[in-house]
Amino acid sequence: MKDISKSFHGIHANKEINLHVDSGEILGLLGENGAGKTTLMNILYGLYQPETGQICINGNPIRITTPVESITHGIGMVHQHFMLVQNHTVIENIALGYKDTPFFFPKVKLREKVRKFSEQFDFSIDLDQKVWQLSAGEQQRIEIIKALLNGADLLILDEPTSVLTPQEIKELIDILRRMKAEGHSIIFISHKLDEIMDICDRVTVLRKGQIVGHADTADTDKKGLARMMVGRDVVFSIDKEKMEKGAKALSVDNIHVTGDKGMPAVKGVSFDLFKNEIFGVAGVAGNGQRELAEAITGIRKIDSGTIRITDQEITNLSPRKIYDYGVSHVPEERIRFGIAPGLFLYDNAILKQHHLKKFSKRYFLKYNQVKTHAKSIVSDFKVSTHSINNQIRNLSGGNIQKLILGREISEKPKLLVASHPTYGLDIGATEFLRQHLLELRRQGSTVLLFSEDLDEIFELCDRVAIIFDGELMGILNADDPALSDIGLMMAGSKRMAESGNPRPNRLTNE
Amino acid sequence: MTMIQISFSDRYNITPLRSLMTSAGAFAAGLIVIGLIFAFVGVNPFYAISEIFMGSFGSVYGIKETITKAIPLILVGAGLTLAFRAKFWNIGAEGQLLMGAIFATWTAQTLGPSLPSWAIVPIMFAAGFIGGAFWGIIPAFLKIKYAINEVITTLMLNYICAEFLTMLIVGPWKGKTRFGFPGTDNLPDSAILGIISGSRIHYATLILALASCLILWVVIYRTRFGYEARVVGENPDAGKYAGINFLKTSLILMAISGGLAGFAGVGEVAGIHHYLGYPASVSSGYGFTAIIVAWLAKLNPVYAILSGLVFAGIVVGGDAIQISLGLPAATVQIVNGTLLIFLIMGDYFLNHQFKIRFKKK
Repeated sequence: MKDISKSFHGIHANKEINLHVDSGEILGLLGENGAGKTTLMNILYGLYQPETGQICINGNPIRITTPVESITHGIGMVHQHFMLVQNHTVIENIALGYKDTPFFFPKVKLREKVRKFSEQFDFSIDLDQKVWQLSAGEQQRIEIIKALLNGADLLILDEPTSVLTPQEIKELIDILRRMKAEGHSIIFISHKLDEIMDICDRVTVLRKGQIVGHADTADTDKKGLARMMVGRDVVFSIDKEKMEKGAKALSVDNIHVTGDKGMPAVKGVSFDLFKNEIFGVAGVAGNGQRELAEAITGIRKIDSGTIRITDQEITNLSPRKIYDYGVSHVPEERIRFGIAPGLFLYDNAILKQHHLKKFSKRYFLKYNQVKTHAKSIVSDFKVSTHSINNQIRNLSGGNIQKLILGREISEKPKLLVASHPTYGLDIGATEFLRQHLLELRRQGSTVLLFSEDLDEIFELCDRVAIIFDGELMGILNADDPALSDIGLMMAGSKRMAESGNPRPNRLTNE
Repeated sequence: MTMIQISFSDRYNITPLRSLMTSAGAFAAGLIVIGLIFAFVGVNPFYAISEIFMGSFGSVYGIKETITKAIPLILVGAGLTLAFRAKFWNIGAEGQLLMGAIFATWTAQTLGPSLPSWAIVPIMFAAGFIGGAFWGIIPAFLKIKYAINEVITTLMLNYICAEFLTMLIVGPWKGKTRFGFPGTDNLPDSAILGIISGSRIHYATLILALASCLILWVVIYRTRFGYEARVVGENPDAGKYAGINFLKTSLILMAISGGLAGFAGVGEVAGIHHYLGYPASVSSGYGFTAIIVAWLAKLNPVYAILSGLVFAGIVVGGDAIQISLGLPAATVQIVNGTLLIFLIMGDYFLNHQFKIRFKKK
């Protein structure tokens, strides 16, 4: 790609970008939120047209005006937000994106082919399941299969690991290495330095739409890349002051919850949370984390068991009542649950709070206060937008996320249920958010943190619960040496007694 | 070889002026196509279109008629802006209007003879609102409780209501003064709405329509309920997450939407016809035309006043060219339908920008 430029209403998203990928190479594309990584790749994939510049494949200049053309040129893309039809089955989705799908009975021919592919790469997917029932990790595999089936020589992966579990990341890396060995090229977009260092041969760093550096991963280190990416030094470890845990804040007693597939998703989970504590739930995606978070925040009904906040029972109350007891929630699928896309930023800034006295008087909303509130979130959480009168769908994913986080944190919740809060955030924003979580803890709040990023869990949490197949495999203090077995527990092969609460070890039935 | 390349992308920063210009452009483009249709059936399009507008806005009589027809269109159209904001596709305003007319007729015939005008008129409007609201909340209930598509239910309820009305006027409600023809007796004098002399403009309903538009604007943009309706319309999942009660929100918004259509039904019966006749004579399709009114108004109830007047003009002008050019009655519907298609297309061009490039190859 030569001299590629693209601007959106006068702001350069990409400016004179030069990029090349050799065959059999994995190129990392590193940059903060809004650095222009996704825009650049959308140009390559034919979703956007560049204003200047040229794209060449094997030295021949080509013009890509639609994704279909890019597919015929052997370019495949896996987007950050999946492009799947939620109400269709896996095989139907694959057939939809496959260039040689026959007009009649499209699924029959394809089934065998897909099965072979998934065996080759160890993808275990039920082809007849509806996409909406699948976890994010499983959905991503469908996207990869779709690209591979179309014979992609160059595969673009936009933040592929942000939704994956550590185990899935390992599998993905294996697949990518295998593809590289077969001569495929891969562009790997990420802002996770470890992965870039681990997977990529070369890395190109973008900042504010411009390339700020190229490097071979062999001759550089994380610190150097991080400096390039944010333009300053970044503190990697967070100083967490020691805190005594306070009074009991939330107690969950033996709850059972049914998942989307009609199967039990949470099976008899119990734990207590205390003030001044960050409690982590670690586990591979799709083991009941989402259902647990939704049960506590009232979005999903509980079949049996009780949930209390301090001494008030909140089992199966409406989400709004639970919110009024001081429970706020950063949902896992933020674009799907967290915003009303066509409404203004300031409308979205009060999505769960609009009924509070602060923002409404009897039947009316106090828009002056609402706008002041929105402005303070925008400035406190560094949401980049030209105005609060902007429709929220015009913001980038990272900025939407900052707004949601700001909204949920700004009301000083007693309990913050945060699902993957730093997923998709750049280093600067991640650091900032973690400070906020620690600040909540300092002020006597409780944070229930669902995360697949173990570093994040270890850095932030006072105690860690490990969830597998809807059951807690153990609750351990963060300094418990037994945590070295966390991988085994996440895989369901080891069960531990709660730290400081000796109970005989019990192995699972599996 | 020259290649023409057209590329689309999302448009940001939609200004009110651009919004207005796009609607005007779509309207003009629609008129061109309508002109072609006229030309096709052998009528001079310039003459026909100018006749439509001369018929409605070109004379004092025309303007009075246009305002008369605008009353139900504004009322129903304003109600639809609320429903459509919440993405509740209410295609049943026609039935809701008729149900309002039925309720109003019943109250007027039962209570009217013994009550003075200042008492019966408000009661009649209240009854009409309740009738329309009742017919509107049925599909809302079915949609939220049983996930039944509201397009189907609202559309079908139109026919049920129309047949029910017909049954009443040929059966139990058939008037003694109708000499065997279907229709109720005239409403008692106290229930007849006053008119501006020399016209058919029933001013009580007109004032009610204008007030409804203003109040509805406040409801949509300034109240908690309006906020919740807009959130639910934009993203139901976010509504769930925010703890919005879907059933309550949908019932209220359809009660308002249906109730305003019910007001229109009252106006038609008590202000124009003075008795309940066949469904087609009570309403002449206002419930459907109002869908276009709401759309041209960009789902803003205040703009519905203007777009209601425009479409009332087309209805009146359409009647005029039926007589002067001998065109069939369906002409107005062709005009309306074509304009709706262009307005919906206009929305696409409002939300997207496109570039055309000519390339030498």
